Amino acid sequence: MLSMHNIAKVYRTESIETHALREFSLFVDEGEFVSVTGPSGSGKTTFLNIAGLLEESTVGIYELDGRDVSSLNDRDRSRLRNEKIGFIFQSFNLIPDLNLFENVDVPLRYRRLSSGDRKQRVERALESVGLASRMKHLPEQLSGGQQQRVAIARALVGEPRLLLADEPTGNLDSAMADQVMKFLEQIHADGTTIVMVTHDPDLANRAERNIHLIDGRVSGEELVHSQEEVSQTVGFNGDQPLAAKI
Amino acid sequence: MFNYNLKLSLKSMRRNPIMTGLMVAAIAVGIGISMTTLTVYYMMNGNPIPEKSDVLFAVTLDNWNPIRPFDDDRPERAPHQVTFHDAERLLAIGKGKRQTAMFESSLIIEPIDDEGLPFEAGARVTSADFFVMFNVPFIYGSGWDKSADAAAEPMVVLTKGLNERLFGGEDSVGNWLTMQGTRFLVTGVIDTWEPTPRFFDPINGGFQEINEMFIPYSLTRVLELTSAGSDWGWKSEEINSFEEWLNSEAVWVQYFVELESTRERDDYLVHLDAYVEEQKRLGRFERPLNNNIYDVMEWMDYHEVVANDAKILLGLSFLFLVVCLLSTIALMLTKFVGKKSEISLRRALGASRKVIFNQQIVEVAVIGFSGGLIGLSLAALGLQGIEYLYDAPAGLVKLDWVMMFTAIGIAIVSSMIAGLYPAWRVCQIPPAAQLKTQ
Ligand SMILES: Nc1ncnc2c1ncn2[C@@H]1O[C@H](COP(=O)(O)OP(=O)(O)OP(=O)(O)O)[C@@H](O)[C@H]1O
Ligand SMILES: [Mg+2]
Repeated sequence: MLSMHNIAKVYRTESIETHALREFSLFVDEGEFVSVTGPSGSGKTTFLNIAGLLEESTVGIYELDGRDVSSLNDRDRSRLRNEKIGFIFQSFNLIPDLNLFENVDVPLRYRRLSSGDRKQRVERALESVGLASRMKHLPEQLSGGQQQRVAIARALVGEPRLLLADEPTGNLDSAMADQVMKFLEQIHADGTTIVMVTHDPDLANRAERNIHLIDGRVSGEELVHSQEEVSQTVGFNGDQPLAAKI
Repeated sequence: MFNYNLKLSLKSMRRNPIMTGLMVAAIAVGIGISMTTLTVYYMMNGNPIPEKSDVLFAVTLDNWNPIRPFDDDRPERAPHQVTFHDAERLLAIGKGKRQTAMFESSLIIEPIDDEGLPFEAGARVTSADFFVMFNVPFIYGSGWDKSADAAAEPMVVLTKGLNERLFGGEDSVGNWLTMQGTRFLVTGVIDTWEPTPRFFDPINGGFQEINEMFIPYSLTRVLELTSAGSDWGWKSEEINSFEEWLNSEAVWVQYFVELESTRERDDYLVHLDAYVEEQKRLGRFERPLNNNIYDVMEWMDYHEVVANDAKILLGLSFLFLVVCLLSTIALMLTKFVGKKSEISLRRALGASRKVIFNQQIVEVAVIGFSGGLIGLSLAALGLQGIEYLYDAPAGLVKLDWVMMFTAIGIAIVSSMIAGLYPAWRVCQIPPAAQLKTQ
């Protein structure tokens, strides 16, 4: 699904050069659930941005779904982002004056879909996070956990193959965090590849594999669960095709 | 996508009403002022009689001082009016398809009933062809016959306004009016007629109301009518009687001829030359032959009906529009800061730069459209102000459809141009800004 080879990312300002990532190589298989941990400033967000085509690496080769993306133009990168990737951010990032329906609708607006089709998808996505009844509400009328569920619905509405989450539970209390985690586990069980950045070791351990970053490099990697175990934790019944092994 | 962008624009405008108000106001003021001057300019520049402007000609003959041209700055030009008796002779020969001579005068109208008071009214002293030549619309009756010109019969054609005043707007054809002790027969009442500019008399003002009535040219001699318009003379002549005045070299009559083909035009110039040659033999017209005809638009140019001030004003007002647009750009750039997070989010969710750019351009077009609409109302007010200031007849300067579409078009296009740079800035916002600002 995602293959990075010798990626480096350097931020240059007038006075300093920051090496956010260096000699960074990582392979994430289709259907995997990977957690990324590491101290602040270790390059987790930078990695996620590059993975999500939000930024370009300074050097290195990045293949998304078998395709080298380094030479793509803005239009193609935008289309890949729109079609293949879903994002969940720490601070939800809902548009305050759009209601829930309109917020979830945003990614679909950048595809050619009929309005009936869009409506159906948005409603299904909101249903899956249990907020279908509040479609007309504005984000500020919801709790933090509910807002993050809307953000999850928005990330899922386009049926992405890869879900990138940057501290999705960072602004939530543990009960809400657990709820959000359950959704992610469900999504993973349905076959979506997930890469999640987190500070919380307990949450990191709920993924299949944990990657630890220090100073822009992968410093350690550990298999946390087998796929079966992860599936069992969310009551996955095993009749759906599982993603390829690690 | 357009509908979505439109919806987003309205949301974005509502999000910051004060900023939106300022942007719309800046464009509205710029459009209001530039449209006011543009309308005035456009009206001054308009063709007052498009259907006939190339077959109607003003005639000039050079009877001026042998040692000095009529206009020192333009020595090639003959005087722009002719003498009374030259006009009278040319009318009598009648070489064109139609021809008319005219000047402005004024007469006292005696009351029709016992209650009214006598009052003075402006008159255009002219000949029968005037009405047909210039496509004058009639409500009642018509102009007088050529026979009335020949016999100097007192007849009168009233404007709508004067007919309203005298006869309460009724069909007054066949009624009588007493002026200067003479009874005039009303032969017709004309409808509202506002050729702009007033092409047949730019000399006495291109933007004035037309005279209140029309009477036959041949009455000049009978009633000893004098011109209320401008006259010019160069020769010191001893004038002891009205007849001597009419036969003097003073020029105060405007002369027009209708000629349909190039051939008729050539023939007419030959005829004018022959006439002047004949007069030269009588000792007049001591300057070299210099007879000209000017069609309507040439005649407007000749008299510089579009004043230079109007052109300068037009330029200034468009500069002002530019200033307004520059402040709109500044406001847009300020607003840009508040857009960062939404735009980078939209970028992350799959909007390409081009899509974001289009979204911004639709937004500025909506702002331009709103500014244009308000600007139009300001222009309407401005034009009323101009009418009031310059005492122009009501309705002389008004916005027509062309001007309205022009105004809205200019507003939209210019605000889109103004929006280009801010929109470009907005679409440069990187999608990643979203994740990093946490
Ligand atoms: N746009 C930027 N310009 C300059 N330096 C940057 C930029 N973005 C990140 N950096 C630097 O790159 C390094 C890695 O940043 P990154 O945001 O990836 O860290 P992180 O692991 O996500 O940290 P945190 O846990 O605090 O979110 C840091 O030193 C940061 O200061
Ligand atoms: Mg981070």
